[in-house]
Amino acid sequence: MAEVVGAYFTSHVPAIGGAIHRGDQQTPYWKPFFDGFLRVHEWLAEVKPDVAVVFNNDHGLNFFLDCLPTFAVGAAHEYHNADEGWGLPLYKSFAGHPALSWHIIEQLVGDEFDPATCQKMKVDHALSIPFELAWPDVDAWPVKIVPVAINTVQHPLPSAKRCLALGRSIHRALASWQGDERIVVIGTGGLSHQLDGARAGFMNPEYDRFCLDNLASDPDALTHHSIHDIVRLSGTQGVEVLNWIAARGALGPTAREVHRNYHIPISNTAAATLLLDPV
Amino acid sequence: MADHDTLPIPGTTLFDGDAAAKGYALNALCYSFNDAANRQAFLDDEDAYCARFDLTPVQRKAVADRDVLGMIAAGGNIYYLAKLAGIFGLNVQDVGALQTGKTVAEFKQMLLDQGKDLAHG
Repeated sequence: MAEVVGAYFTSHVPAIGGAIHRGDQQTPYWKPFFDGFLRVHEWLAEVKPDVAVVFNNDHGLNFFLDCLPTFAVGAAHEYHNADEGWGLPLYKSFAGHPALSWHIIEQLVGDEFDPATCQKMKVDHALSIPFELAWPDVDAWPVKIVPVAINTVQHPLPSAKRCLALGRSIHRALASWQGDERIVVIGTGGLSHQLDGARAGFMNPEYDRFCLDNLASDPDALTHHSIHDIVRLSGTQGVEVLNWIAARGALGPTAREVHRNYHIPISNTAAATLLLDPV
Repeated sequence: MADHDTLPIPGTTLFDGDAAAKGYALNALCYSFNDAANRQAFLDDEDAYCARFDLTPVQRKAVADRDVLGMIAAGGNIYYLAKLAGIFGLNVQDVGALQTGKTVAEFKQMLLDQGKDLAHG
């Protein structure tokens, strides 16, 4: 039987890709962030995943406003990065796991979710940067992926409660999957940040701590805030915490915190990294 | 929806259906900049390139003036606008400074200041 071996969460700020590209990991600005990944590397070597279910949000690479799904599940054999328009390096491609993708889609629709299904799906820095951070020295990614994209761009966004329920439905799919894979769930983005408007530069360590303190033990606590509350508390792009909430649901009912790192600022963002084990 | 969900958040515009409808042409212009040839075409002849996208006069002026808050007010979404900013080599600190009336150095210092009292880890 397949096993959900744990959950890995990290910010996916585009500037991280630039820092990796330049080799800036040990400079004073970046060291407090990158040092948080030494434990991630150890943990991944311990739990040895071979599949990753990755909750992330597209930033205008695969989806435009002509057709913007609330939830989209990738069901492709492979996933490619492409030019995002702002000078990022082109990232490595990913192998998909379409059989597991369709199993997840069957469970989601059976549980009365209505995701878009994508047999072609470009993946942007929100997916690639967490992998560059997790496996910095590989020629090819050691895991196959099932990407799950959540709309964090155009309101109305799905509620935190809905995202947690989506993740829990995916956990049921993983628990009934008959393969022998070792599955890691990944949530990317956040934490608090706001890029746009006169409040640009807003961050909120107090709300971020609330999220980090409750994610393992009481994820439902994060669902008591409306999307409007989350924007107010976390910033217009801080709503990417929805990816974390969904990933927490996919990990399973109970969890234990293994590792946490939190640092302000990385670019305009309060950056966080978290590892959870299933209990 | 709770009552407080209708209260405005200072300095913040939610990119909702109204904004997405109003901003469609502007965001489509910016989305096209995922293609390097389109970025070059914009740099070669900004007027001719923008004319392909049926921008409103307000949107065209905001682009011409590099007025980020004006673009947001005209329905621009920051994820797409960032692709336009990238053409000029501007990152999110530059864009943050433009929106907050700070110099880039002041904006970066404001970001750093928010982390100075944190116990790390």
